[in-house]
Amino acid sequence: MKFRLTTGALASVIVLIVVGVAYVLWDGAAPSIHASGWKFWQTSTWDPVSGEFGAGPFIWGTLYSSILALLLATPVAIGIAVFLSDWCPMALRAPLVFLTELLAAIPSIVYGLWGIFVLVPAVREFQVGLPGWVRALPLFSGPPVGVSMLSAALILAIMIVPFTSSVAREVLKSVPTSQREAAYALGATRWEATRVTLSYARTGIVGAVMLGFGRALGETMAVTMVIGNNPQAKWSLFAPQYTMAAVIANEFSEAADALHFGALFEIGLVLFAITLLVNFGSRLLLWRMNRERKPKASRAVPVEEAA
Amino acid sequence: MTFKSFTRWQMAMVAAGVLALGAGVAAQKVQITGAGATFPAPIYSKWFSEYNKLHPNIEVNYQPIGSGGGIKQISSNTVFFGASDGPMTNDQLLAAPGKLMHFPTVLGGVVPVFNVNGVSQLKFTGPLLADIFIGKVTKWNDPAIAKVNPGVKLPGDEITVVHRSDGSGTTYIWCDYLAKVAPEWKQKVGVSTSVNWPVGLGGKGNEGVAGIVKQTPGAIGYVELIYALQTKISYGPVQNMAGEFVNASLDSVTAAAAGAAAKMPADFRVSITNAPGTGVYPISSFTWLLLYENPKDKATARTFNEFMTWMLTEGQKYTKDLGYAPLPANVVQMEMAALKKIKVQ
Repeated sequence: MKFRLTTGALASVIVLIVVGVAYVLWDGAAPSIHASGWKFWQTSTWDPVSGEFGAGPFIWGTLYSSILALLLATPVAIGIAVFLSDWCPMALRAPLVFLTELLAAIPSIVYGLWGIFVLVPAVREFQVGLPGWVRALPLFSGPPVGVSMLSAALILAIMIVPFTSSVAREVLKSVPTSQREAAYALGATRWEATRVTLSYARTGIVGAVMLGFGRALGETMAVTMVIGNNPQAKWSLFAPQYTMAAVIANEFSEAADALHFGALFEIGLVLFAITLLVNFGSRLLLWRMNRERKPKASRAVPVEEAA
Repeated sequence: MTFKSFTRWQMAMVAAGVLALGAGVAAQKVQITGAGATFPAPIYSKWFSEYNKLHPNIEVNYQPIGSGGGIKQISSNTVFFGASDGPMTNDQLLAAPGKLMHFPTVLGGVVPVFNVNGVSQLKFTGPLLADIFIGKVTKWNDPAIAKVNPGVKLPGDEITVVHRSDGSGTTYIWCDYLAKVAPEWKQKVGVSTSVNWPVGLGGKGNEGVAGIVKQTPGAIGYVELIYALQTKISYGPVQNMAGEFVNASLDSVTAAAAGAAAKMPADFRVSITNAPGTGVYPISSFTWLLLYENPKDKATARTFNEFMTWMLTEGQKYTKDLGYAPLPANVVQMEMAALKKIKVQ
C-alpha cells in the first residue's frame, strides 16, 4: 500500500508538470491573447516594432518542415531497422547500431553548423543545377540562397532517422522468433517473413515514427540555422521560412516589450497544443490499428494471437 | 569505541572545522549579480575577473541573458545591476520601481559585409544601405551603387539581404542608423532588437549572418565590428555626416562617442549613430549598465560604485584587446560625476 502511494505520488508529478507548463504558457500569453485575439491565427505579419503579431507562417513552417522530414526519414529509418534486425551479418550489426546511436547523440548545434557549411551550399548548387522549367514550378521557385525549407527538412530528417530506427529496431527485436519461424514453416520467403514481422510490429513502428515527428516539431537550433528565418508561408522548398520553436529561441531573450513577450509565449502555447494533438492523434491511430489488427493478424499467425 | 569509529569521529570534527572556517571566509564575501546584454559579456567577464584579482572578496556574477532580459530583471529587482545594448524607453523607465540610471561602459560598431563576384572594395552611404535593406535596390549594378563606387565593375547579380534572426543589440544599432538617414526606414520598419524585415533572410548570430554572406554570391549583411575584426571578414566603409567614407575601427568608433559628447543628455540615453565630426564611424553605439539611483542594498552599492570607478578608469585599458572601443575621456568624466549621484548612504 505504501509502495503504491509513493509511486502514485511520483506519477502525479508528471501531471503536475504538464498542467504547470500549460498554465505558465497560458498566463504568459495572456497579454497577447487579449490584444491580438483571433488575428494571431489569421494574419501573417510579425512586427515587434508596431506590435502586430500573426502566427500563421510559423505554424505553417513547423508543420511543413516536420512533415517533409517525416516523409524523408521514415522509409530510411525503417529500412535501417529491418536491415539491422533481419538481414544484417552478425559482424556488421554492432558497429552499425553504434553508428546510428552515435548520430542520435550529436548535439543539434553541431548539425546546424554542418548544415550551414555543407548542406546549405549543396542545396544551393542543387537548385542552380535544376533545369529552368523545374525551377519555374511553384514547389521549386525562388532565388538560390540555400537556406530554405528543404535544408531544414533534410537536416531534420537526418536528425530523426536514428531515433526512429533505434526504436523500430527494438520493436522488431521484440517480435517473438516463433513469428518468423511460423512464416518460414509455411514456406514464406525471407522477404515475406520480414513482412510478417513488420505487420506484427507495426503499432510499435508507428510509435517510433511519431517519436521522430515529435522531435522534428520541437527541434530548434539546427533548424533556425538553416531555414532562413523569414516568416512567410510558401509551398516552395527553396524559400526561406520560419518555425515556431525557432522564433521563440531567436527573439525571446531580447523581447523587452510586454506584447512581444506575450506573443512569443502564445507561440509556445500553440506549439505545446500541437505537440499534444500529435501525441493524441498517434494514440488514436495506434488504438484503431490494434482494434483492426486482431482479425487480420490472426489469419497470418493464429497460434500467437490465441495465446 | 573501536579505533575505526574513533577515526571516523575525528574526521567528522575536522570536516566540521573546515566547514566553519569556510563559512567564516564566505561571510566577508560580497557577491553581486547582474544580467543583460550578450554583446558586452566578454569585456564584463574580463573586468569582473580582473577586479576579483585586486579584491578577492568581491565576486560579480553576470548572466548574459540578453538586453530585454536584463531590463526585465533589474526592473523586478532580482539583480543588482542590469545591462542593455539599447537605452530603456520612457515606458520601461516608468514601469521600474525606482529611478534607473544609464552608464555607458564600452562602444561597439556595426559594419556592412558583402560578397559580390569580382568586387573586393565597396563603399556605402546610409541612404543606399537603407534602400538595399528595404528592397528598393535589388541588383548590384544598380545606378545608386555605381554612383557611390565610381570605377568599380559591378555585376548584375541579385542582391540577397541577410539580417539577424535573433533579437539583438546589433540589429538595434543597425536599424537606429538606417532610421536616422532614411525617413522611409523610420516609417516602414522602425527601430528595435527584432523588426519586421521588408526583404531578406535571417541568420542566427553574427556567425550565422557571416556564414550566409560568405557562401551566397550577391549577399549583403551586417555584423558587429568585433566579429568582423576577429574573423577577418571584409567590410565596407560608410559615409559619415561630414561626407567622409570611414572604415570602422576602434578609433573611429570612439571618435563617434567623442563627437556625440557635446550633446550628451544627463541620463546618457543617447544614440550616437550618424554622429557629427570628422573621422567618425557612423554606425556606432554605447552599451549601458543600468543601476538604481537609490539602491536598497547600500553596502553592495558602495562596493559596486568602487568597481565602476575602476572600470571607467583602469578598466578601460582591457577593452581594445577584446575588440571593444574604449570610452572617450570626456564621457568618462561625465560618468564619474553621475556616479556620485547614486545614494550609497
